[in-house]
Amino acid sequence: MAEDHTTRTIESTVAVGGAREEERISVATQWQLTWWRFRKHKVANIAAIVLITYYVVVLFADFFAYADPNLPAAKRGLLPPQPIHLFDDDGWNPHVLAFEGSRDPETFERVYEILGDQPISVQFFAQGLEYEILGIIPWDRHLIGVSDDAGGALAQEHVSLLGTDIQGRDMWSRIVFATRISMTIGLIAVAISQILGIVIGGVSGYFGGLIDTVIQRIIEIVRSIPQIPLLMGIAAAVPKDWTIEQIYFAITILLALILWTELARVVRGRFLSLREEDFVMAAELAGASRMRIILRHMVPSFLSHIIAATTLAIPTIIISETSLSFLGLGLRPPAISWGVLLQQAQNIQTLALSPWLLLPALPVIVAILAFNFLGDGLRDAADPYGT
Amino acid sequence: MTVEGPNGHPLLEVKRLKKYFPIRKGFMRREVGAVRAVDDVSFHIDRGETLSLVGESGCGKTTAARCILRANDPTDGQILFRPTEDQVFDVAQSTRRELRRLRRDMQLIFQDPFSSLNPRFTLLEIVGEPLLVNGMRSGRERQERVEELLRLVGMRPEYMRRFPHAFSGGQRQRIGIARALALNPRLVVADEPVSALDVSVQAQILNLLLELQQKLGLTYLFVAHDLSVVKHLSDRVAVMYVGRLVEMTDRERLFNSPRHPYTEALLSSVPEPDPRKRSQRIVLEGEVANPAAPPSGCYFHPRCRYAQDVCRTDTPVWEEVAEGHWVACHRVKELELAGVRDRLPMNTAAGTSTNPATNATPAAGSATDGDATANSE
Amino acid sequence: MATLAAGKRRPLLRVHNLKTYFFPDEGTVRAVDGASFEVCAGQTLGIVGESGCGKSVTARSILRIVEHPGEIVEGEIRYLHRTDGREVELDLAQISADGPEMRQIRGGEIAMIFQEPMTSFSPVHPIGSQIVEAIRLHSPLGKREARERAADLLRQVGISRAEARLDEYAYQLSGGLRQRAMIAMALSAEPRVLIADEPTTALDVTTQAQILDLLRQLQTDLGMAIILITHNLGVVAEMCDTVVVMYLGRVVEEGSVDAIFHNPKHPYTRLLLQSIPSLYSEARVPLPTISGAIPHPYNRPEGCPFHDRCPQFMPGTCDRHVPELQALDERESDQLVSCFLYHEPTDERA
Ligand SMILES: Nc1ncnc2c1ncn2[C@@H]1O[C@H](COP(=O)(O)OP(=O)(O)OP(=O)(O)O)[C@@H](O)[C@H]1O
Ligand SMILES: Nc1ncnc2c1ncn2[C@@H]1O[C@H](COP(=O)(O)OP(=O)(O)OP(=O)(O)O)[C@@H](O)[C@H]1O
Ligand code: SF4
Ligand code: SF4
Ligand SMILES: [Mg+2]
Ligand SMILES: [Mg+2]
Repeated sequence: MAEDHTTRTIESTVAVGGAREEERISVATQWQLTWWRFRKHKVANIAAIVLITYYVVVLFADFFAYADPNLPAAKRGLLPPQPIHLFDDDGWNPHVLAFEGSRDPETFERVYEILGDQPISVQFFAQGLEYEILGIIPWDRHLIGVSDDAGGALAQEHVSLLGTDIQGRDMWSRIVFATRISMTIGLIAVAISQILGIVIGGVSGYFGGLIDTVIQRIIEIVRSIPQIPLLMGIAAAVPKDWTIEQIYFAITILLALILWTELARVVRGRFLSLREEDFVMAAELAGASRMRIILRHMVPSFLSHIIAATTLAIPTIIISETSLSFLGLGLRPPAISWGVLLQQAQNIQTLALSPWLLLPALPVIVAILAFNFLGDGLRDAADPYGT
Repeated sequence: MTVEGPNGHPLLEVKRLKKYFPIRKGFMRREVGAVRAVDDVSFHIDRGETLSLVGESGCGKTTAARCILRANDPTDGQILFRPTEDQVFDVAQSTRRELRRLRRDMQLIFQDPFSSLNPRFTLLEIVGEPLLVNGMRSGRERQERVEELLRLVGMRPEYMRRFPHAFSGGQRQRIGIARALALNPRLVVADEPVSALDVSVQAQILNLLLELQQKLGLTYLFVAHDLSVVKHLSDRVAVMYVGRLVEMTDRERLFNSPRHPYTEALLSSVPEPDPRKRSQRIVLEGEVANPAAPPSGCYFHPRCRYAQDVCRTDTPVWEEVAEGHWVACHRVKELELAGVRDRLPMNTAAGTSTNPATNATPAAGSATDGDATANSE
Repeated sequence: MATLAAGKRRPLLRVHNLKTYFFPDEGTVRAVDGASFEVCAGQTLGIVGESGCGKSVTARSILRIVEHPGEIVEGEIRYLHRTDGREVELDLAQISADGPEMRQIRGGEIAMIFQEPMTSFSPVHPIGSQIVEAIRLHSPLGKREARERAADLLRQVGISRAEARLDEYAYQLSGGLRQRAMIAMALSAEPRVLIADEPTTALDVTTQAQILDLLRQLQTDLGMAIILITHNLGVVAEMCDTVVVMYLGRVVEEGSVDAIFHNPKHPYTRLLLQSIPSLYSEARVPLPTISGAIPHPYNRPEGCPFHDRCPQFMPGTCDRHVPELQALDERESDQLVSCFLYHEPTDERA
């Protein structure tokens, strides 16, 4: 019923446009109607653009980064962010100013002095380290780099847009590569958990009876285990000598195993309610097979809900991974994720002196918010009155 | 009871049909009782006729209809269906496979014109689905049949590519009817097909149902609670109360000379759209009994104004008191009941006074203890 | 504007040319587009019409509870407000919706029974406490007295075991009992006008008969004016003294119940009456129907709102001019109709 009200609103929305518009509406599929409703949701649209940007960064991380994220440079430890100046006395000339570092004789800390008279010109699409686009096409251009005229000087030796960490590794580049890991670990874990959730929830809802009762009890048990201690326990059991890939894989599975229950519940609920829907009964009375009823009538009816639920599950996973790694239980260096970066910002003393080490928190917050807004928008578009 | 229809065997014969829904409680979901939604119901429908099933909300009309289509599995009883004169199937015992075959001959029209059409399907897909799943693979052929069906129910075939959201309630109900007719069924069960519609649209759909019956020789089981609509559409009427039939006969006898006190009360409660026919009503006290804990004896006795001691202790039998007139009441032989023609006028000259409402009716007084039996839960 | 015969007494409530529009982002919905009627103490006025014709919005406008984005854009709602033993005429359309007078009137002098029986009571409070709250809103009674009064009210509407029922929740009551409890709450402040919006639509005929009898009896006892909104013409014929027929937000015909049912003038009223089957009409014959469907609220026709479905449609007149609600003729002044079959176009919009 709720769905119907929406389509009526939409219908009326567009009905003002006249007869041709009405024709367009009449033949619009549910997906089109959902899309039109989604388009009206400003915040969700912005969120979608933000997330697309994120995934562009994920795909082309080598292009956006200009430095090797794991290359330590002893002389460049804890460099503060280096703003780009767009003009000099002669007009347009984007450049950064060089630093000179020295060790404070009393505190033994490195202090940096800006050398105002040594501008280093920078440019977009500058030549730099060589890499392969998507692992295939070799290229050497980066979003930002030292001007090609500077005679092959490497950006990673001269530029530090967002400063460097204690080992002199470039923060900008590290954040870019961390984005790649953090945003994909979410996707893979969510994919696994959603598949588990849909299959188990679907089985539970469609067959009912004993199977349903057993599955429901299992879900309740899984959900009653407090998450953080569980994660900590299991993560602590991961052998220290595992490779990055192994740990990454283990964490992904772990997160998926915890998250599937949520979707399983939703899917089961939808299955149960759809089974009672008149149009499902009509299909049954028409003589449609079970398979046809499930695939043609039931699944499409909640696909949009699954998409929304998935969008809302990704941030949970990102937060989980970040918290795990932050606690030192998730990914460990040399892997780079937002959590790993934040873990290195744990030391209060360095924080006070080098606040830029906290910058990785920013992309985390923005990503989480964007996913939530997008998920809300999708859900509203699919079913504005809730079910 | 075996009843022979005018032309041989009846199309459908329901014998002692029961449907109990278990009531479960607790962690282990133990069965602690049952809702007797349909409790020992027997009737038949002849070919080409319309039998209506009427009764108050929750009396089991929908459940009975769904059992006949095997959308619910009956607890007990027989549902003999004869698609042709020399074939007979017990729907209650049929296998899944048999059912798929049988359902080509029995179809359902739904009450809710909104939830009964899949919003993701076009009209072509909705009306064409029964054809497709029953083996009409050629898209071309299907499209032609759908066109024909849409025309039959008074819809423009050009609308075939549209989705149901583009249509009003009445139009959607037509689409649902077209779908039900796709396989040329013999029996059409219509569960309150007009109660969700506006008055003016109701008339259109009622006309359509009558017209289709004549054209296609359909047999209807019509489930409704609006007695005016039932009167308009049916040949015979069965009145249900708390899971049981209390009276069944042809339309004229039921409306003009009912033999069961509940039928009498039901008829007298219908407000007539004519101020000059304002009449005294038999206001039933209390609420319908709870099918999970029905009263003893005659289920109607707490509300029956003719109840005697025997009614409280003994269940009345379902018997044929006159040719084709079935009643379940202990006092059926002695009672003189009023039909719609015998309505008593209000005390005043009805409709002509400027304010007839201020003249208290004797019936009004009885409203004061309206829920004497309502707490049967 | 002529007045109804009932107007010999001073009407309690007079609505004149009421227009309530909704302004959602997508356009304007003229939900009520010039409604006029009046009702006297002890009388029942029926408002009938198809779904979406603006019956509920009219009721909500009178109580000034039209929800956003709706607004009364024009018209008068003249009500004889009783204050300090005197009666003053107030225009409810003009005074503030949250002002002290409106708060006193709403639920106090004009009460309403809502269409949705399930949602009218809060599910988390016992019905008793909700009725007590309503009582104390309009009277200085203490908690205990208010509770006694609530029990009295429940008894008055025919609910037995009233004391015990006060502590029950709405979901524990059957549809009929819940509707009775709704009526009890509406009666708590002894209203002078009771607006009943489809009070029996969700109920069975036998329960409907109980509720209608109850309303009639209460009217006799308390002398209330009742505005009964319904699309069930049987209920109207049985309950009302005067009837207003609405179509697409406009009143198309208005008159005594006898005139409307036995001498309907407007083509819509006539068709509506013919299209309903009755216990006395001939069975299994085609019913006259109204062709077409109600237009979409955003796409209302120009001119007479009924013109695209009207069998007596007169091209050039009905689709160009908007008919006014006018008395049929000077003598028969209690029947008003808005149709060019009975009077000439007066407006200059061509
Ligand atoms: N799936 C179910 N589980 C348990 N009880 C049920 C179920 N379906 C129906 N019932 C109960 O069976 C009884 C009969 O219900 P049914 O829907 O057949 O009534 P109805 O006569 O069609 O009423 P209405 O006029 O309201 O549609 C009711 O008391 C209802 O609560
Ligand atoms: N909040 C709202 N926003 C926009 N339009 C509204 C709103 N509420 C009502 N309407 C419109 O106002 C018109 C009249 O509605 P109303 O609820 O008064 O109809 P009704 O006559 O009471 O119908 P029903 O018999 O279905 O209750 C309808 O076209 C409806 O779409
Ligand atoms: S058996 Fe008794 S209680 Fe039941 S209907 Fe007949 S007279 Fe009334
Ligand atoms: S004004 Fe014209 S179109 Fe409107 S009801 Fe009268 S005759 Fe019909
Ligand atoms: Mg039903
Ligand atoms: Mg309404």
